[in-house]
Amino acid sequence: MPEPTMNMPEPEAEGIIHTEVDITPLDLGGPTIADGEKLLEVDDVTLRFGGVVALDGVSFDIRKGEILGLIGPNGAGKTTCFNVMTGVYQPTSGGVRFLGTALGRRKKFAITKLGIARTFQNIRLFANMTALENVMVGVDAHHTTGVISAMFRLPKHRSEEDTGYRRAHELLRFMGLDRRADELARNLPYGDQRRLEIARALATNPSLLCLDEPAAGFNPAEKIRLMQLIRSIRDQGYTVLLIEHDMKLVMGVTDRIVVLEFGRKIAEGAPAEIRDNPAVIAAYLGVDEEDAS
Amino acid sequence: MSTSTAQTRKPRLDFKDRVAGLPKPVKIVLWALFAVFLFALPLLNIPFITTEDSDFGGVLFTVATYVLVALGLNIVVGYAGLLDLGYVGFYAIGAYVVGVLSSAHASLPWLVAVPIAIVVAMISGVILGAPTLRVRGDYLAIVTLGFGEIVRLTLVNSQWLGGARGITDIPRPPGIELFEVPSLDWSNGTPVVDLDNTTTFLKFGIGDFVPYYWLALVIIVLVLVFDILVKNSRVGRAWEATREDEDAAELMGVPTFRFKLLAFSLGAAIGGLSGALFAGKAGFISPDSFQLLLSILFIAAVVVGGAGNRVGVILGAIVVSYFPERFREFADFRVLVFGLALMVLAIFRPQGILPPGRTRRVKRADEREQVLEEGLPDA
Amino acid sequence: MQFLIDNFAALTITGLAIGAVYALIALGYTFVYGVLRLINFAHSEVFMYGSFAAVWVVMILGGNVSGSTGQVIFWVAMMFVAAMLMSGFVAVVIERVAYRPLRKRNAPPLIALISAIGASFVLSEAMGLREKIARWFGLDDTLRDYVSNSRNNVPLPTIIKPQGVFNLFGYEVTNVDIFVIVGAIAMMIVLDQFVSRSRLGRGIRAVAMDPEAAALMGVNRDRVIRVTFLVGGVMAGAAAVFYLLKIGITRYDVGFILGVKAFTAAVLGGIGNLRGALLGGFVLGLAENYGSAIVGTQWKDVVSFLLLIVILLFRPTGLLGESLGKARA
Repeated sequence: MPEPTMNMPEPEAEGIIHTEVDITPLDLGGPTIADGEKLLEVDDVTLRFGGVVALDGVSFDIRKGEILGLIGPNGAGKTTCFNVMTGVYQPTSGGVRFLGTALGRRKKFAITKLGIARTFQNIRLFANMTALENVMVGVDAHHTTGVISAMFRLPKHRSEEDTGYRRAHELLRFMGLDRRADELARNLPYGDQRRLEIARALATNPSLLCLDEPAAGFNPAEKIRLMQLIRSIRDQGYTVLLIEHDMKLVMGVTDRIVVLEFGRKIAEGAPAEIRDNPAVIAAYLGVDEEDAS
Repeated sequence: MSTSTAQTRKPRLDFKDRVAGLPKPVKIVLWALFAVFLFALPLLNIPFITTEDSDFGGVLFTVATYVLVALGLNIVVGYAGLLDLGYVGFYAIGAYVVGVLSSAHASLPWLVAVPIAIVVAMISGVILGAPTLRVRGDYLAIVTLGFGEIVRLTLVNSQWLGGARGITDIPRPPGIELFEVPSLDWSNGTPVVDLDNTTTFLKFGIGDFVPYYWLALVIIVLVLVFDILVKNSRVGRAWEATREDEDAAELMGVPTFRFKLLAFSLGAAIGGLSGALFAGKAGFISPDSFQLLLSILFIAAVVVGGAGNRVGVILGAIVVSYFPERFREFADFRVLVFGLALMVLAIFRPQGILPPGRTRRVKRADEREQVLEEGLPDA
Repeated sequence: MQFLIDNFAALTITGLAIGAVYALIALGYTFVYGVLRLINFAHSEVFMYGSFAAVWVVMILGGNVSGSTGQVIFWVAMMFVAAMLMSGFVAVVIERVAYRPLRKRNAPPLIALISAIGASFVLSEAMGLREKIARWFGLDDTLRDYVSNSRNNVPLPTIIKPQGVFNLFGYEVTNVDIFVIVGAIAMMIVLDQFVSRSRLGRGIRAVAMDPEAAALMGVNRDRVIRVTFLVGGVMAGAAAVFYLLKIGITRYDVGFILGVKAFTAAVLGGIGNLRGALLGGFVLGLAENYGSAIVGTQWKDVVSFLLLIVILLFRPTGLLGESLGKARA
């Protein structure tokens, strides 16, 4: 490989984000729907832990091609909602339908294969694997290479490895992480780790990308850049569900917003409607200035 | 990429980089020379390295068995992160399948019994793993410990398996006697070819264990190739992801249970293979050969060397098996010194002798970072 | 089966007595696991050193079978003192030498296990080689009674003749049986009170529950860990005395299989749970005695390991659940 580094520019804290890279979802032959139709339906989901009601009859839809914001004060059940949608918890009653089929008691990895991917509020990368390998694990979700193919380097292994490698590199480039590809995830700077989580989730080729507070710990400038990035992800053809604390940020980037409080849905609508909704204002009153601003 | 820029500035390249930088034909020749050296090792009789009190060929065979076992266990412990304290159970199963099929209850040739032993060990891995791999990680350790003991006690108590006396007259691997290989004699300080002391290629007899060592080496190479190919694939990545964070792996589409079971049974298969090899060399097996202590030594080999790094675990296996043989004069204090060594190593090299390649790669990345921060002195 | 029915009382009493010993050793595993989340592999040697201290102190005091009641009480009391001191000391040394340096370096848990295995080898071999080690110092003659045949069984001089106290369905329950079972339960109750009432006990529970929060609340983690090892060691010392009174012999490698059994008992009851250790010990002691009566004594250990596997499959948190702090997922 030629050495581009001999006249290297000033090192940057962040890599250059290449939103022009084509990362549109691959067509793997699953069911497809048109933009604006219901992608995922949360139908009257209730979840109890012992005596505690974490979610109480929550219903909402996510439509293809939109960025839906899921907001609410701390402990409102946002992450719990994610956990129900990704199969971590089974709802006590009610259910989730994705692309028209009920998720039911599907295993977590099977739900991912169906097309729901997520990131974590507290980063959970594979710390001792490189950035590239982290993304490759995501790409592998749709691969079927087993021991036999790997052992004899059968064509299946080679083609999957090949396309997977290329896809992973495109995603890293899109996220501005291509120069970090061979570094261990745990050695990446905080912001890169957050974006690597998104790259890894995108690698599973999701119809629905769920981001759990992806901007947590970012400064305002970084937050804005991330929101632009999320929008360009959507523009490439993904549907995004975004949990975010920062109201202003959510208002700017989302198409619609669902508000939870104490496990109940208290409002749903366009950002402008939510801003003026008295119930939402009440819910956010008494919350820290910083959180609500 | 920019890694090498940082390196050109470094005055000293580490060994691995220097080897990696050589042209391909040179590399092939070097590897071939290394292989020849390994095969010739028992005949070179190099002073100091060679054990004086016990047959060096036999010692090398033991070392090779440990290496094989460590490679198998590394898949389970190092790659998939499952702490298996009962690995000796699979080793015993492999040996006993060969014993039963070739001596005690049938008289299949060794070569036919070995694949069956591998398959049986693998199936027992699945049977043990399927229910237990769902329980929490630290419990797996104790369940497997129990499994190792159950296997041994079953061997002791089952008359069908020879009870405490074990199984004798296990056939040797088939040989072809082609030519004699001389060895070196160093008794005058300089090496002299000793034509009186030769090894027959390829005769698996008693008294000269060198051919068994050769056989073990060949098997190690095969297992190594298998290891490298599988590790560098979707399977290896799935193992590592599971080890790092099982829930996150599952949510990224890795069927973690299936991959844990796969690692467990592949490890079991390699354990069974090692046992079968041991039975073929010893000609005689009894439950005493499969003490629980052996499981602990196997684990120690993997962790001492650096779990997850195959070169590391090979070194670890050599340390654990060779040094006690070499320093037999301290035979009584062997275990004591070994225990001390384990403690010292754990405290001063917690990543093992050779940490996983990653850690070194990380170090390099850090150096690169430093260069970036300090600017480029000669640019 | 007939054997089981005919000897049911005998098997039950023996099972409870040996189960009590398992339970006391299990405490050490449970305690350390609760606080540090690791299997203290060297705990078995803590027990072994206690058993030797107990034997030696009786030899020094010239204990014999014809002692008066007062003498016997004194000997047994001295056995407890010696064994508990020795075991407590060894446990603290293990923590200091094999664990603390690792903790300071944030080593992965697997490494702690290796270090503990190393410590276990060193301790048991040092005892097994005591004759040779004494020779280095020229003490092998002076200490002959204590160090000769260091790789063989060492019997406890008989100081109590087991006497039947009452008859239970045809089995004479002896004074030793009663002493072991009642004594062990009493120790557990004291310990349980210590953990739930005392300040140190609260510290232990706090660290087990959430080490970081405990540190923020001013709990000295290093001190708590040291106390944890000490308490586990002292209990193992007591277990050693009960074991000697019931079984009568010890040896340098007695710890290994007993340790594995005791760990089994701890997991059986729910590791990290004190009352679970007691229950697990009794269940294991009874199960292996009943089981071996049915399928033959040579299968005794197989029975206990199978029991462990079955329990873990159907109740992975053990019989009583894990609750020194609370189970962390």
